[in-house]
Amino acid sequence: MIRIKCPYCGERDHSEFTYGGDASIKYPSLDAPASEWTKAIFFRENIRGMQKETWHHTNGCRLWLEVERSTITHEIKSVKACHPQIEKITKNKS
Amino acid sequence: MTRFNAWNVFKNGFTGQKSWDRQWRDPVPKKEYDIIIVGGGLHGLATAYYLAKNHNKKNIAVLEKGWIGGGNAGRNTTIVRSNYMMPGNHEFYEHSLKLWEDLSHDLNYNVMFSQRAHVSLFHSPGARDGAARRYNIMRLHGTDAEIWDLDTLKKNIPHLNYDDARFPIMGAAVQRRAGNARHDSAVWGFARAADSLGVDILQNCEVTGVKRSQNNIESLETSRGTIKAKKIGFAVAGHTSVLWQMAGLGNLPIESHKLQAFVTESIKPLLDHVVVYGVGGAHFYISQSDKGSMVFGGDLDWYKSYAQRGNLPIVQDCAEAAMAIMPCLGRIRLLRHWAGVMDMSMDGSFFICKTPLSNLYLNAGWNYGGFKASPASGWYFADLIANEQPHKHIQNHNLERFEKGINIDERGAGPDPKLHG
Repeated sequence: MIRIKCPYCGERDHSEFTYGGDASIKYPSLDAPASEWTKAIFFRENIRGMQKETWHHTNGCRLWLEVERSTITHEIKSVKACHPQIEKITKNKS
Repeated sequence: MTRFNAWNVFKNGFTGQKSWDRQWRDPVPKKEYDIIIVGGGLHGLATAYYLAKNHNKKNIAVLEKGWIGGGNAGRNTTIVRSNYMMPGNHEFYEHSLKLWEDLSHDLNYNVMFSQRAHVSLFHSPGARDGAARRYNIMRLHGTDAEIWDLDTLKKNIPHLNYDDARFPIMGAAVQRRAGNARHDSAVWGFARAADSLGVDILQNCEVTGVKRSQNNIESLETSRGTIKAKKIGFAVAGHTSVLWQMAGLGNLPIESHKLQAFVTESIKPLLDHVVVYGVGGAHFYISQSDKGSMVFGGDLDWYKSYAQRGNLPIVQDCAEAAMAIMPCLGRIRLLRHWAGVMDMSMDGSFFICKTPLSNLYLNAGWNYGGFKASPASGWYFADLIANEQPHKHIQNHNLERFEKGINIDERGAGPDPKLHG
């Protein structure tokens, strides 16, 4: 079991969360050529090591989180809310 | 090499089993080969075998970082079936099933292929209609398929939960020619057969670097020295992205995920079929090995990982699914569970294709389906490497299909690798 330190709820089992995917993807502008959209939607770096990824605290506060996690050891380096404005709320809570 | 036949079994019975040859040689790597296949799993070894057998190629090496049978070849639930409906996929998997049917004779090695039928349960009228559509498409393409009503199912598999299941069993979609095989025998059989045709199988030979020029690969740095090759094929599903980036080729439409499998203690014969629970919804598959163990598996671990070990919530999920359809398993003890790392592709289908480099060929993206696919995978990959031209059945199984909008999405799950279970 991976334990994820949710900034709002505290440390919880990963089974409370839903895995999103690669958090490093940057989507191109709407009028960008199809090849750029293809790369953003279908192609992945698939890092073997520390990667940034999203998790949704589905059975908790329902925040989307950005987690830095090793894909080899599952060790978690950092967790923060995806949306920068959320930090104000989570800071007040702690 | 000693062939396996009745006379040799008889003879060795009188000589203490001491005159058998080793199954494959342990050669010293040459400086240069005509063709190198990276990855000594089922797909890599099958490719080398068919290159030598069908295309009469010589001077081939298979590079394996560990030992033969130590990777995903030994980490699967051994199911063989061809219930696919997308163009390209059904021809490919039906070809694979036909190769399985004759594989033991072809390789002179008993792969213990058992056509015990693959039974997919359905639990609602909607799921039955969906299954009927898929299995009718299979029939139109000449693959065997049938729908069993509840009475037929009860007669064939009497000990499923027909009484009080949360999702009542209504019947099943069945492929009788499907079944399972012995995974170790398949990989050892391909290794032995490839070796007897002159293929060098280099174990403990990990690729650590790729030396390339603008348009091709010049040589591979390995843990057993530098090896040159005229043509190179990658067949390292699970770690394709790692090798791809070693060659400086950037990103792939692949994520590495892990899938678990479970084995229980041995019991008396209980289940004669491969049973699958969850046409739409939960996902669980179970069969009984020849040793008597129940072998089963379920969903992915749901997050990207290269670790070959599984997590506990999936153990619970699979145990719950087992209890839901076969409550008689309630007291059985689990002996082992393990995880294999797999290429989950963006549309759930594989890649057998050319690459941006002129002498590099790619075999990857096998998702859940690598084991059953392995003979055809080797057959078509060898065909591609030998003829430089993709066979018409796999002409869309390339990296360009996403940009062209011809995704081969059997499940209709969209571009999220973890959903293509």
